[in-house]
Amino acid sequence: MKKTIQKASALVGLSGLILMSSSTVVEYQSLSAILVSSLALMFFGGVIFFWNQYSNTLAGIKNNGVFFNTLTNRGLLGLILGVLITFIYVLIYWYPKTLGYNSSGPSTGLISLFDPLSYLLNGKPASRWFVYGSLYTFAIVLFGIKFIYKYRNNRYQVIRTVSVMFFQFAFAYYIPEILSALNPDTPYFAKDLKNIWPLNYYFFDQWHLKNMLYGGGLGMFFLVFGLVLVFIISPILTYFYGKRWYCSWVCGCGGLAETAGDAFRQLSSKKLNVWKIERLMIHAVLVFIFITTIAVIWSFLGRNPDLYINRKGFFYIITFITLTTIGVIYFTKKNGFSKDLRATVVSLGVILISLIAIRAYSNETHILFIESAKLQKSYGFFIGAAFSGVLGVGFYPILGSRVWCRFGCPAAAILGIQQRLFSRFRITTNGGQCISCGNCSVYCEMGIDVRSYAQRGENIVRSSCVGCGICAAVCPRGVLKLENDKLKNRIPSFEFPLGNNPDITNTIN
Amino acid sequence: MNDLINSVLIIGNGISGVTAARHIRKNSDIDITIISNETPYFFSRTALMYIYMGHMKFEATKPYEDSFWKKNRINVVFDQVTGIDEETNSVELANNNRISYKYLIIACGSKPNKFGWPGQELEGVSGMYHLQDLERLEALTPTINQGVIVGGGLIGIELAEMLQSRGVQVHYLVRESNFWNKVLPYEESKMVTQHILDHGVDLQLNTELNLIEPDSENRVKGVYTSKGEFIDCQYVGLTCGVSPNIDFLKESNSRIKTDKGIIVNRFLQTNIENIYSIGDCAQHLHPFDQRSRIESVWYTGRMMGETVARTITGTKTAYQPGHWFNSAKFFDIEYQTYGRVNANPSPNEIHLYWEHPKKNISIRLAYDRITHKILGVLNMGVRLRHEVFDQWLNERREILSVIEHFENSNFDPEFYANYTRMAKPTFYKHYEEIEKSELKRIL
Repeated sequence: MKKTIQKASALVGLSGLILMSSSTVVEYQSLSAILVSSLALMFFGGVIFFWNQYSNTLAGIKNNGVFFNTLTNRGLLGLILGVLITFIYVLIYWYPKTLGYNSSGPSTGLISLFDPLSYLLNGKPASRWFVYGSLYTFAIVLFGIKFIYKYRNNRYQVIRTVSVMFFQFAFAYYIPEILSALNPDTPYFAKDLKNIWPLNYYFFDQWHLKNMLYGGGLGMFFLVFGLVLVFIISPILTYFYGKRWYCSWVCGCGGLAETAGDAFRQLSSKKLNVWKIERLMIHAVLVFIFITTIAVIWSFLGRNPDLYINRKGFFYIITFITLTTIGVIYFTKKNGFSKDLRATVVSLGVILISLIAIRAYSNETHILFIESAKLQKSYGFFIGAAFSGVLGVGFYPILGSRVWCRFGCPAAAILGIQQRLFSRFRITTNGGQCISCGNCSVYCEMGIDVRSYAQRGENIVRSSCVGCGICAAVCPRGVLKLENDKLKNRIPSFEFPLGNNPDITNTIN
Repeated sequence: MNDLINSVLIIGNGISGVTAARHIRKNSDIDITIISNETPYFFSRTALMYIYMGHMKFEATKPYEDSFWKKNRINVVFDQVTGIDEETNSVELANNNRISYKYLIIACGSKPNKFGWPGQELEGVSGMYHLQDLERLEALTPTINQGVIVGGGLIGIELAEMLQSRGVQVHYLVRESNFWNKVLPYEESKMVTQHILDHGVDLQLNTELNLIEPDSENRVKGVYTSKGEFIDCQYVGLTCGVSPNIDFLKESNSRIKTDKGIIVNRFLQTNIENIYSIGDCAQHLHPFDQRSRIESVWYTGRMMGETVARTITGTKTAYQPGHWFNSAKFFDIEYQTYGRVNANPSPNEIHLYWEHPKKNISIRLAYDRITHKILGVLNMGVRLRHEVFDQWLNERREILSVIEHFENSNFDPEFYANYTRMAKPTFYKHYEEIEKSELKRIL
């Protein structure tokens, strides 16, 4: 019975997918009927499939057979899925015409299939980004339901997943569409309130700043909120809750990783060498995004000299921020620099030197002898599209669900540095109860070797930890707990974990 | 014959031996060699079940990368020790090589108990302790429809969960009237018993194994239980506890004194001055209060490793475990305990018990009838903080104060219903009732 339902529901879901894909080759007359029925088939096929998978089992951890399944163990199915998602991303980013995109007239194919929905929400025909956003949101909601059912024994997981589903649906999808429907004449700017710079790498781009400045009250609001989010809200929330407030509760990339990517979390590498690569990559991306952002703001300020702030002021602000951060790191460090901190300080140094170089060697159009527009474009291509989309999602079944967040996301990098240095968040290890089984490490999507800390009785404070809480959920001995508490003694160290009392007075020499 | 001189030689690369090696390396530069015939590198035995259930791969059970050992200058030898020559301070290996030592630490662990059942050596009969036990089971699994497990302990219930996860119908023979009721008090034992049944295991209480029946090719065909029933099966898991794995000492006529295990003093030293023994295979000459002479628990193995490392690196240190603690997971129910809560309370041990009306969650506090000091806690389905209970036990805190501050011990994830708070009214109520009846008894 269970097997029959499994096959039938998979077939239903798949038929929805095929119906939707067929719109790229078949010209349908009634678009809304096809759109609704394909989405409904996928949704109900999926929900019944997941319900069947976890019904008749008691609430608890559901990882049986994860490493026997060819989908979740880098087998043939995983490979096929990886190629398929990568292929779709390549089409959306670089070959949109195959999906029906038309730059000079009404779109056709898959893109026009979403026209009814787009008209309903924002009064315009669907763009490829509308289609992408719709499917992305659909995936988070569908797999979010799966995740909630899978982890129904764990309230932290349930609430967290409702949160990512909500933020994706409302903040990233619904509200921006409604806002652009209500303000049809304002120029385009990102209307996803939670899309924080530098994850939204074009926030400070010339055209984006201009569109916000000329976007009326709404534009000004988004500009001010964007700045407040980066400089005030984010540091405060990260101080109290760690970077998880964003990465595993709010963020859309995190949202997809936590829901659709959950089945692949175990594929992230825990090797020490990969940690080294991670440190290198994350800081390189960080330096890159800072320099390009400084460069675009620099040239923007050059062209708009009558703003509240000029190049000189900007130069001093950035210098101040960089030096203060280096100072804070220097004075709060304990027992010398860890490798993490050393990389951060070096990155800040590079940013500072680049800033000085920009000031010395730039003119109106060229930043450091490079056209500033080109610099920005290359970031958009390599990081924005190739990394976060193709590698970040397409490679879920090969490299795990958080490749982008771990190796590429500049926002995660900034939040991580704060989390490491100045946050109340930590994963507490419960005394000496660890049995070194390794479930925590295996199921850490960020590739943190959680066990290496837990088995020494040490708390875990790592810049990359997104606070998903799965390590604590899969621990069979109740050893790990995500906590916010005083900064003092956040990482105590002992000769050995709690439980051993070699009494010094009893020690005979 | 190869004559290698090494300073510390450790037999066994389990948690005890490896902890000793790591801590010796932390405090000194002497040569360290670890010998094992199970795996080349340390892996976590506690994760064997997760390999079989597909939660992780064998590679992931290794707490340290293979490069760790070389980096820390710990020599790793994958071989079998056949004998120890105390005169020449050397051990003999199966390949006839010899390795000399200045200090020898024997941490060779346990082996599954077999109580002489007819058929216990048949193909398809196995314990679940070594990696090789798992490999045998894995190879056999495609042919197993039904499995019988004998022995109501922690390994037995894990084996039941393992087999179930692979679609094997499990018949679980338990001698006691409720699961693990020598350790778990009645209510908790009952809860786990019901949970085993809820998972679809054919749990047979008050039942023992009589004999294992072979088929024509000397494989398991089925078992006869003490109730006379025949159960058709292709696999029999023997999980009636473990005992020290010291046959190689007895067979090689070693001078090291043994009983069930290797006899050690407070310094984990055997009767031979430069030979120590730690972990499951050690038998304490002077047992600690309420602790057994042989403790086959992960945590105590680790602590003995930490302790012997101090002695060998120059700070002679007696083994002095702190307050007892343990944990396990019975299918979906987590179990923890701190301090001492006896299944059958001693005369001066009073229990306060709370359980959730619907869920598999309970907390039991034990305190002393005369002094009212806390003795321990036993909690199911809820996580409590080790540090807090260790401190309360150190302080010998009064039970009323423990109840008053009970929320401080909560270790459940955020947003969970606060069971430590939920339990308080019941604890207070039971406490008052007990006080009243105590008063009556005295008057």
